Amino acid sequence: MIAPGPEANSARKPSKINVKVLRQDGPGTPPYWERHQVDYEPDMNVISVLQKIAAQAQTIDGKKVPPVAWDCGCLEEVCGSCTMVINGRVRQSCSALVDRLLEDNSEEIELQPMTKFPVVRDLMVDRSRLFHSLKRVQAWVPVDSYFDMGAGPRIPREDQEQNYPLSQCMSCGCCLEACPQFNKVEVLRQPGETDEAFDARKKAAYESEFIGPHAISQAMLFNSHPVGKNLQKERLETLTGTGGIQACGNAQNCVAVCPKEIPLTTSIARAGRAATLYAIKKFFDR
Amino acid sequence: MASNRVLVVGGGLAGLSATMKLAELGIPVDLLSLTPVKRSHSVCAQGGINSVNDQTRQQGDNEWNHFDDTIYGGDFLQNQPPVKEMAYWAPKVIDLMDRLGVTFNRTPEGYIDRRRFGGTLYKRTAFAGATTGQQLLYALDEQVRRWEVEGLVKKYEFWDFLGPVLDDNGRCVGGVAQDMVSMEIRSFPADAVVVATGGCGLIYGRSTMSVFCTGSAASRCFQAGAKYGNGEFIQVHPTAIPGADKLRLMSESARGEGGRVWVPRRPNDTRPPKQIPQSERYFFLEERFPKYGNLVPRDIATREIFNICVNEGLSVDPTRMCVYLDLTHIPRHELDRKLGGILEIYEKFQGVDPRDEPMKIFPAVHYSMGGLWVDYEANGEGGLLPGSPRNQSTNIPGLYAIGECDYQYHGANRLGANSLLSCIFSGLFTGPGIVNWIKSNKAAADLPKSIFEGAVAQHQARHKKLLSTASGSGENPYVLHQELGDIMTRAATVVRYNNQLTEAYEKVSAMVERAQRCSLTDAGNWTNQNVIFTKSVQDMIPVAQCILKGALMRDECRGAHFKPDFSMPSLSATDPTERRLEAEKWCDAFEENTRKYLKSSICTWKGQEPELTYEDIDTRLLKPRPRLYGLVGAEVIEEVWKNRCGKQEQSEQARPQSKQLAGAV
Repeated sequence: MIAPGPEANSARKPSKINVKVLRQDGPGTPPYWERHQVDYEPDMNVISVLQKIAAQAQTIDGKKVPPVAWDCGCLEEVCGSCTMVINGRVRQSCSALVDRLLEDNSEEIELQPMTKFPVVRDLMVDRSRLFHSLKRVQAWVPVDSYFDMGAGPRIPREDQEQNYPLSQCMSCGCCLEACPQFNKVEVLRQPGETDEAFDARKKAAYESEFIGPHAISQAMLFNSHPVGKNLQKERLETLTGTGGIQACGNAQNCVAVCPKEIPLTTSIARAGRAATLYAIKKFFDR
Repeated sequence: MASNRVLVVGGGLAGLSATMKLAELGIPVDLLSLTPVKRSHSVCAQGGINSVNDQTRQQGDNEWNHFDDTIYGGDFLQNQPPVKEMAYWAPKVIDLMDRLGVTFNRTPEGYIDRRRFGGTLYKRTAFAGATTGQQLLYALDEQVRRWEVEGLVKKYEFWDFLGPVLDDNGRCVGGVAQDMVSMEIRSFPADAVVVATGGCGLIYGRSTMSVFCTGSAASRCFQAGAKYGNGEFIQVHPTAIPGADKLRLMSESARGEGGRVWVPRRPNDTRPPKQIPQSERYFFLEERFPKYGNLVPRDIATREIFNICVNEGLSVDPTRMCVYLDLTHIPRHELDRKLGGILEIYEKFQGVDPRDEPMKIFPAVHYSMGGLWVDYEANGEGGLLPGSPRNQSTNIPGLYAIGECDYQYHGANRLGANSLLSCIFSGLFTGPGIVNWIKSNKAAADLPKSIFEGAVAQHQARHKKLLSTASGSGENPYVLHQELGDIMTRAATVVRYNNQLTEAYEKVSAMVERAQRCSLTDAGNWTNQNVIFTKSVQDMIPVAQCILKGALMRDECRGAHFKPDFSMPSLSATDPTERRLEAEKWCDAFEENTRKYLKSSICTWKGQEPELTYEDIDTRLLKPRPRLYGLVGAEVIEEVWKNRCGKQEQSEQARPQSKQLAGAV
């Protein structure tokens, strides 16, 4: 429908783009670098580069290879699928514009999977731990039912303006990749293991480790909702337990890399205060 | 009901609302999705969700008006009872989403704020910044996660639905799906299967849709015998941002908040937009449609923008077609509060701040009004009968379709901010009906295993056959997809011609066979995206055929379907008497056309191509009328039409029986 035209200065644009991809055939197999080359077009992003690589299915040396596997969805930075490490920086690949990347390094674009999650294949990683953390903090409003009970409580504009940014978290995992306290947990399936046994082992492994800034922020979001706060105690119990708020080292990397600019460190500070109060209260209520 | 289960395919707004409602009713759900459900395409919906509200009510609005706007906006191509029910449920849907914690924008007093959207004169649209779909989806995702912890929902994310399983009587008793990581193919016995798999924009190559929106799940149901309705009605959104990989949506809410569409009056005006004085700007939508202005329905806005660029040569960029969408007159803090999300998208992808510079936009494929045919059961008031197992059921018993992948709610053109409503409404409403369906049937779990094993074997054979083509010299599936997208974009978007449609249909039909000759570049059995994509391309083709055939056979203009060769002529006479005579003739032609074409096109799969038949529309509540939106120069048509309807009403009042509701359909 649209014939894209060159935007602004199309001078000094290369005819080819070199791409270096860190590939891995599956869990537990060694990673390896592979070089690709695609034709340059105006308005490209890393997604369109990967689409071309998939269609070509051969390396710069002409070697036939399977397409590079990667995850993507909306291509406009709201779904959180396409996170990867691009030229050493964790970000969404859809909003990684080729012209901008070439300004930084005209030689090549370097693509790697996130390092804090187990690689499924190539640039695809398993982020189930990230979603499991949302269960740990019970990130939902515990309504009675889905029947028609009239409108919800009135919410001051100020509260909406505080909560809306937190609610924009798209579970992309950038904050976790950048967090020094969030370490990779990889649970490999044992031969003959049932789904249930494997899930239970993963759950135990996840819950012994840091929950992550995204989940702390979601806990604060729901603790500030008039009905969501009915689970406030349970959330604070999680945040004061193993892998909770005390695991945060206050490196503040999370907030620096968040593509949605969510005030994660503000949430963590709020959570810290709430957790302290909760612990004191719990101590005296014993 | 201990052994009963439902399989829900797709975890967008429709799939998640159905899942949580079923779980609440005590039915365990297997929820299957191509992606973690939180990443479903519903996140891309920006502008908002419609309902009548306390404020509009006091300005004369009510549920009936919302219903009327939706039908008029859809050019009367919808069966009216489901649409009526949806409009009457709309306030309840928003109340529920409010209770679930959706961060709707608030008025200073703390009420849900509203804005105006296209095709209505009321401010009905509730919104959460400009990421309303994302916020609604997250609220539902959270509830489903809650049920997952309770043990009533089991998620299968990164699974591809391969098709329904039918028993010997043709009842749907489950589905077959493939794990996209391990490539395992297995069956999911289920007492009902709910398909909530969204639109089919990928058939057009680039669109505003996410990469998952291939339409292949719906196509697999279609190829298994489900009917496909009104495929030719594809919404082309007036305002999108071009891109190499995707055409990114620029929400209608930009215009809802006061954004103005314009071009310089002089062709090839090279001045920067801000240096062009007001008097030399052509606000063509406002001038032609003073009543609705920039908020005419999408099909009309799209055609006007297309016309300005293609026929009038007034594109604002010499290298590509586009017009200005201007927000620069609105205060920055207001823009940030209400439209932040979409302005960031423009800024990030175009490198220009739309608060300072008018945006450059052009239409793009956006939504599928058509989809799987579904049934309904009306109640005495012309709405839907709650709890009826017929509601949202496809013609395959036990197979349900909801959300964008059904054909039910939007007719020939969808109004903005009605899709989020139709998705959540159909998801919630269908739950009790499914429970009643389950009660009256033998549990799928008790059926002979052979039914499921046979279905799995069939899909395994297809999979193995594809893998065996690796490194052959057949078609490249990615290139084939591009070709399909180019053909569809050229022939079946804004303006359609029969010769182009015929040619496109022949080319696409030839692809049925070509797609079977695809050669893979990955023969592996671990996270093989190559084979998953190839299957989806193969399955895009039957739906593409439905779109093209439906468009070819429909020699009229209706909503998003526009054929210049069959358009109603505009009035040319200047003499009032003659003009009135012309308007009379116009209305005669309109009535004749309604008789002939006010019908749903229904496709049935015949192995190589679809067979097309027509089905009457249930217009029991509203009589079709010309859809003019106060177009300048067409006032006399409205007058003549009103006059005719007045006479008709008088004669009907003389015979009250003729107005009875029963017996329609």
